[in-house]
Amino acid sequence: MNRRTVRFVLWVPLILFLLFVATFATGLIKPESRVIPSKMVGKPLPEFALPPGAPGSAGLAHKDFTQGQPRLLNIFASWCVPCAAEAPQLLQLANAGVPIDAIAIRDRPEDVARFLGRWGNPYQRIGSDTQSAVQIAMGSAGVPETFVVDGKGIIRHQHIGEIRPEDVPAILAAVKAAQ
Amino acid sequence: MMAEAGLAALWLAAALAGLQFILGAAGLARGRDALMGAVRPVAVVQGALTAIAFACLIIMFVQVDLSVKLVIANNHSAKPLLYRIAGAWGNHEGSMLMWVTILAVAGAAVALFERRLNERTLIATLAAQAFIGLGFYAFLLFASNPFERVFPAPTEGNGLNPLLQDPGLAFHPPTLYLGYVGLSVAFSFAVGALVTRDVGPAFARAMRPWVLAAWIFLTLGITAGSYWAYYELGWGGWWFWDPVENASLMPWLAATALLHSVTVLATRDGLRAWTVMLAVVAFSMSMVGTFLVRSGILTSVHAFAVDPQRGAFILGLLVLYIGGALVLFGLRVGTVKEGSQFEAVSREGALVLNNLLLSAILGVVLVGTLYPLMAEAMTGEKLSVGPPYFNSAAGPIALLLIVAMGAGPLLRWRRDDIKPLVMRLALPTLLTAIAFLAFTLFGPPIGIFPLLGLILAAGVAAASIAPLWKRNLRRTPLFTWGMVIAHLGIAVALVGMASETAFTKETLVAARPGETHQVGPWAVRFDSVDPVAGPNWTAVEARLSATRGDAAPRTLITQSRMFYAPPTETNEASITSVLDGQLYVVLGNADDQGRWQLRLWWKPWVTLIWLGGVMIALGGLLSLIGRVVRERRNHMATEAYA
Repeated sequence: MNRRTVRFVLWVPLILFLLFVATFATGLIKPESRVIPSKMVGKPLPEFALPPGAPGSAGLAHKDFTQGQPRLLNIFASWCVPCAAEAPQLLQLANAGVPIDAIAIRDRPEDVARFLGRWGNPYQRIGSDTQSAVQIAMGSAGVPETFVVDGKGIIRHQHIGEIRPEDVPAILAAVKAAQ
Repeated sequence: MMAEAGLAALWLAAALAGLQFILGAAGLARGRDALMGAVRPVAVVQGALTAIAFACLIIMFVQVDLSVKLVIANNHSAKPLLYRIAGAWGNHEGSMLMWVTILAVAGAAVALFERRLNERTLIATLAAQAFIGLGFYAFLLFASNPFERVFPAPTEGNGLNPLLQDPGLAFHPPTLYLGYVGLSVAFSFAVGALVTRDVGPAFARAMRPWVLAAWIFLTLGITAGSYWAYYELGWGGWWFWDPVENASLMPWLAATALLHSVTVLATRDGLRAWTVMLAVVAFSMSMVGTFLVRSGILTSVHAFAVDPQRGAFILGLLVLYIGGALVLFGLRVGTVKEGSQFEAVSREGALVLNNLLLSAILGVVLVGTLYPLMAEAMTGEKLSVGPPYFNSAAGPIALLLIVAMGAGPLLRWRRDDIKPLVMRLALPTLLTAIAFLAFTLFGPPIGIFPLLGLILAAGVAAASIAPLWKRNLRRTPLFTWGMVIAHLGIAVALVGMASETAFTKETLVAARPGETHQVGPWAVRFDSVDPVAGPNWTAVEARLSATRGDAAPRTLITQSRMFYAPPTETNEASITSVLDGQLYVVLGNADDQGRWQLRLWWKPWVTLIWLGGVMIALGGLLSLIGRVVRERRNHMATEAYA
């Protein structure tokens, strides 16, 4: 190695490090990259049968989604703050005639009951997924998430994060498209 | 009152860190002894003040002071005392305060105990340590203040994640952090030696004990963390190549390489630039690991709000420190004269090979950890790199490294001949061959990696003990014992890992009480299921009895626990250790026909993984004691002549 090569080699670590920094700076600047889209969109629901997630509610199984009508599947938890924030929008959708079922993640029936008493209950059925097993099979990475499932049990659309008032039209459009 | 006292101590310490840096830098630039003389005392007081701040935080947690935001978020009055204390570092702000405390206390320890190093280099080292401290103080005070108060105070706290309510995890973060941050001393030493152009054997001898101490803690921390993941998560695995695990493994790999290269520098005055580079890289890996874990860039469960601002702050610190050190390296290391030369076949040659292979593994882990993030930054596609990549990429290099580890200690310094080396390695090679024949002829069919692991472990265990051959054991220096035990620990851990992969038997059953199921050599009878209540949880508890052959049955108790602060479910695995392995049982959910999911594992020799880890750390400890005692003795001797 001649002297010039040696001198260049000394700067290689710095160059590598700066590449690393550049990558992460872009990763930090793009907050929307927090979102992991599910690979299950366009595929049938995974098979599952969950026990009831709230006192007096029915449990939830994949068969409940093959009744010919599109339904919303909302993944939520009583311990999740954004879930409370999206409750009014879910009620609005339920009042608009969209059937909504829910999966409560790592939750207890009495806590779910308290949550629904506080924020209202837009759900027809609630399943309890204490180990996040169904959530993971759905390709969902967090709470809240909402899936549009068509009448044949195929997942048609995924909404990640809480449903804000401005998101409601898009959800309604997705439900209509799944008819 | 406690919160204010802690915050005041922290601000004072930050101010002293600034003073320490300015005094050191100005003293060195102007050559003023008076300024330089003040650096050591300032460093000691700075360390004491951060320790006070950290003590204040722990006291607030013990007293469950609910006017403090951090205590509300991570504490609950129903928690046992140990977890109230551990809650102080079971969260972002508290653990960052612990990080800074260790950083400052390590600096204070250097100021107090380091007497051998050239004084100017030492002052430069302490100034560098203070400069690192400044950034992290700023991060604490401006972006993660652990002492923030809330008004009005709530009546009860939210509790601590139940997974963290475990004695293993109370001790795992402190040991790991002592290792992580202890490496900052090596980083500062390297920067100091670059500034004063003082890279040489004396510098290496001064740095070695500090690197060893940090490395011992890091080894223990990783071992404890691995065992915690094994018994607390209830998934039956001991290493998942999870980004957080990799974040702790990478500094360990760099520190292990540094330990070996620093020996070449201390003994033979070789590898000057490389050793300085590694010292910078080791602590850089600690900081990168902290950044990855703390910035939330690796977690994307959006139920937890991650704070990109914090990530940006730490990234800024990384640019400042790592970038600055690498710029200094590029400018200065060219002026460091390369030390003495050596032949390829020699102890130094083997140590260079060790360093290259360790660096290669480090590269593999780093790429595997960052590749998903890089890919996302470039293409926007989400992907993950799983254990298959890591095992197939790092495994072969690790096996090569283990072969080199067997041969290295049997080589002489400077130059050696191949022939005597072959003679010395004859017995280990024979053992490897015998093990190979035994496994292929009489053993069950196992994969190529576990097979290689097991037979190499046999040979390397023998080769590790070889340095003690024909020596007077009472006169063998303690650090030689340390090396032998640490290398033997690697072989022991390798047997555990290979056996776990090769011989584990697993079965998943839906069982009714009264049934018996077979796993490996064990017959496990499912006796009963009962509800039980603990201090802050309720649980369903299954009792089973396991019999092997005609030995007396052993009772196994496994629980599925519900914590109520915060509400979470955990599975408490039942682990029965016998001499040749562990029986591992996890209770799952019930179905509507009264059957319970049971997962049963029989893992032969799995315990050796962590026993090996402890042996490696113990070897490090013996080396450290041996080195310190010898230095003392030499110091006394030179004093006597002076």
